Amino acid sequence: MNLLPGTNPPSNWAEFLEGLWQRNPVFVMVLGMCPTMAITTSAINAISMGLATTFVLAASCWMISLLRHVIPKEVRIATYIVIIATFVTVVDYGIQVISLSLYEALGAYIKLIVANCLVLGRAEAHAARNPPFASVVNATGMGLGFTLGLFMIGGVRELIGMGSLFGISLFGPHYQPWVVMILPPGGFFVMGLWLMVFALVRARRDHGLAAQTQGA
Amino acid sequence: MSEAAPSAAETTPSGAMIRALGIAATICGLIIVSAYEGSLDAVARNKKIATERAVFSVIPGATSVREFVATSAGIVPAGPTLPEGGVKFFGAYDRAGTLKGIAAEAVAKGYADEVRVLYAYDPEKQVIIGLGVVSLHETPGIGDKVRTDRDFLKNFVALDAHLTADMKAVANAIKVVKHGTKQHGWEIDAISGSTVTSKAVGKGIRDSTAALLPKLLPFVGKLKEGK
Repeated sequence: MNLLPGTNPPSNWAEFLEGLWQRNPVFVMVLGMCPTMAITTSAINAISMGLATTFVLAASCWMISLLRHVIPKEVRIATYIVIIATFVTVVDYGIQVISLSLYEALGAYIKLIVANCLVLGRAEAHAARNPPFASVVNATGMGLGFTLGLFMIGGVRELIGMGSLFGISLFGPHYQPWVVMILPPGGFFVMGLWLMVFALVRARRDHGLAAQTQGA
Repeated sequence: MSEAAPSAAETTPSGAMIRALGIAATICGLIIVSAYEGSLDAVARNKKIATERAVFSVIPGATSVREFVATSAGIVPAGPTLPEGGVKFFGAYDRAGTLKGIAAEAVAKGYADEVRVLYAYDPEKQVIIGLGVVSLHETPGIGDKVRTDRDFLKNFVALDAHLTADMKAVANAIKVVKHGTKQHGWEIDAISGSTVTSKAVGKGIRDSTAALLPKLLPFVGKLKEGK
């Protein structure tokens, strides 16, 4: 990690939390939008995709970090992609072992983790410059942040679009589902709503800080 | 003015690049092959369970499933390779080994993707007696009604699939008609608003029955004996 002279590197815990919330891949960095929009039709799909991506992130960052002194910069992208594709293949087989219905639900999006810019971005920006443990911690934080983001969108879409959460009906048989929430536009609506909520919270917090400063 | 050539210290030797790619490829190859070998049995077991569940859902009372291939020369147990012109199907049996019904997969292009269904066939009455969805990616709330719409599923309680007297073709090809206009036993009443998916289900069953039944029915006695 490149640091300014006189600054200390962030602790592992700070790196973990950073990916989880402060630099959340979905709501702050807006990365991996393809699975974010396509897979978040239910909470369980969202969490499954998030955890699959977390595994690929952590495992590939660990391996890239281990090999960082062996991989010349000229062939680094090719090497990273091979490593990422390997762990995506492992996840692909793993999900088939866990549940074929889940595998069916996630469809081609498991394979498309290879092309998720979040994974290659972490490899290039962090794992290639840091030791294995720090890379895994950072990647796990980012992966869980991605999972959290997907769940926040998938949970709302399932709740409004199907009247259920994790497949459990919450509003009874007379609830008329908003089918649009399960369709692709629903992903954009919910994403936009969450971004609006965060912007409002941030604006109120900044307003409060400004008022405190003036008062002091 | 010519550019200064990069010094030897700045350039990476070709051997180092090839070595790095070789190391990464070897390690990754080992991981992939290990994952494949390690998951092979479990995936095969899961697929078998999923197939059995799908067949049991369309043929109530069945407790075991056997996979066969119907060919123009007769019925043979399914193997790793499909004989030329062969059509796969499932025989469902109860605990006593009595044939409870036959199930086969039907596939056709729907609105979003392929619609894959499993239908149950009664060889005694020569009718389709059940329908289950294997794979469906149609629009939620619209195309996916084929799973749950009671009126649509009633089409498959006794859908006519009789063969001609010479047993060489289905007497009346199964077809999907506009909602509320069904007149014959071989017609499927489409779901209003889900016509494309309804037609995909109908086309899949029509193609499957046309390919399977003329090869299956002349030899169905062998299945009843549980051989």
